[in-house]
Amino acid sequence: MIPREFEYHAPQNIPDALGLLEQFGDEAKLLAGGHSLLPMMKMRFAQPGHLIDLGRIRELKGIREDAGTLRIGAMTTENEIIWSKLLQDKCPLLVEGARLIADPQVRYKGTIGGDVSHGDPGNDHPALMLVVDASFVLKSSSGERVVPADGFFLGTYATAMSPGEIMTEIRIPVPALNTGYCYAKLKRKVGDFATAAAAVTLRMQGEKVQQVAIALTNVGATPLRARAAEDSLRGKPLDDTSIAEAARLAMSICDPALDQRGDAEYKTAMAGEMTQRALRTARLRTRR
Amino acid sequence: MARKLTVSFKLNGKPVDVVVEPRELLIHTLRERLQHTGPHIGCETSHCGACTVDLNGMSVKSCTVLTVQCQDAEVLTVEGFEQGGVLHALQEGFTMAHGLQCGYCTPGMITRAYRLLKENPSPTEEDIRYWMAGNLCRCTGYQNIVKAVRYAAEKISPVRA
Repeated sequence: MIPREFEYHAPQNIPDALGLLEQFGDEAKLLAGGHSLLPMMKMRFAQPGHLIDLGRIRELKGIREDAGTLRIGAMTTENEIIWSKLLQDKCPLLVEGARLIADPQVRYKGTIGGDVSHGDPGNDHPALMLVVDASFVLKSSSGERVVPADGFFLGTYATAMSPGEIMTEIRIPVPALNTGYCYAKLKRKVGDFATAAAAVTLRMQGEKVQQVAIALTNVGATPLRARAAEDSLRGKPLDDTSIAEAARLAMSICDPALDQRGDAEYKTAMAGEMTQRALRTARLRTRR
Repeated sequence: MARKLTVSFKLNGKPVDVVVEPRELLIHTLRERLQHTGPHIGCETSHCGACTVDLNGMSVKSCTVLTVQCQDAEVLTVEGFEQGGVLHALQEGFTMAHGLQCGYCTPGMITRAYRLLKENPSPTEEDIRYWMAGNLCRCTGYQNIVKAVRYAAEKISPVRA
């Protein structure tokens, strides 16, 4: 399988990349890790005339902490996330999520920025981004804006990014130390997208839920923030009854696409089950 | 036709130059231009791992990398493992532990295991299964592949009693 012909560009810095993007407009696609785009090009679902490879831009890489904010370069790979001591200490949810993405070889190439900006509801980072209150730095030739994850995902392959923009950085406020977390993902086999998955962050005050965020993967056209489920838990003890009710409310917003992973009823039920599991595991982890 | 580009990289330590269209995949360059047929084409959709090569210290599926992305890269294929007529510990391990039957997945398995052992010289069985999960084998049931990797790990970095 061979892609359609295209011209290849490998800019060394962000201004050059933005210049190319402006020059070629709709004809251009940005290449990050290439493990969504290249397969689509091989299948000829995507046929860009110009490919702008971001792989040589050093400033798009790296993970650091700066004044209470984790700053992750958009071209940071999944394996780099998995091996980051800083993220393991400060935001282990991201490490847990990355470990469940694709397979080792894909994780050497696949990037967090690519995963987020592709807008594929099957990708895992979008739901993770929602529950850690991430925001995305988008640069264009007219400047820079910072967009919250909440509201960024608009539909299948549709995000708030404009065609002339490059995602350069993901920003995450360092979660409080006692934050419980879990990404519970059901997949048929290694390398598959989620049948359904749930991301949770949780803080308790005594026996009651102080703060909770729940987001679901691959059961709608975008990652779904389960707000009614969150509201039902706040201020309540986390027990079998409240967890079951939260799962019911999470299931009520599911509208999964039909595919070989199962019918809508099954996927919705699995989203509920993943919500329950993620809440229970997150609860255990608030007691660190 | 899109203009062709000259791409220079090191293949198993030796400098090579190729002139390719931007759309050419690394697996095709390796097999058809450079006669390195160790990396195999299995699924051609980045699932099976038969085309795995080592690229700048990363295991990658060469069916999902463009050759033009490899300018100045260091590429290692299974052809680079044997040195002076002596098999690499992994090749010996796959022989001794019967880590293959048809052999189609083997070059990818060995190339992937090479990077795994560089990163983690004494992996547990769980480590091996998790970090080798991007390579499919339809013959062995994986038991002997795990044994082969452990054999090589032990030979390269012996655990002292």
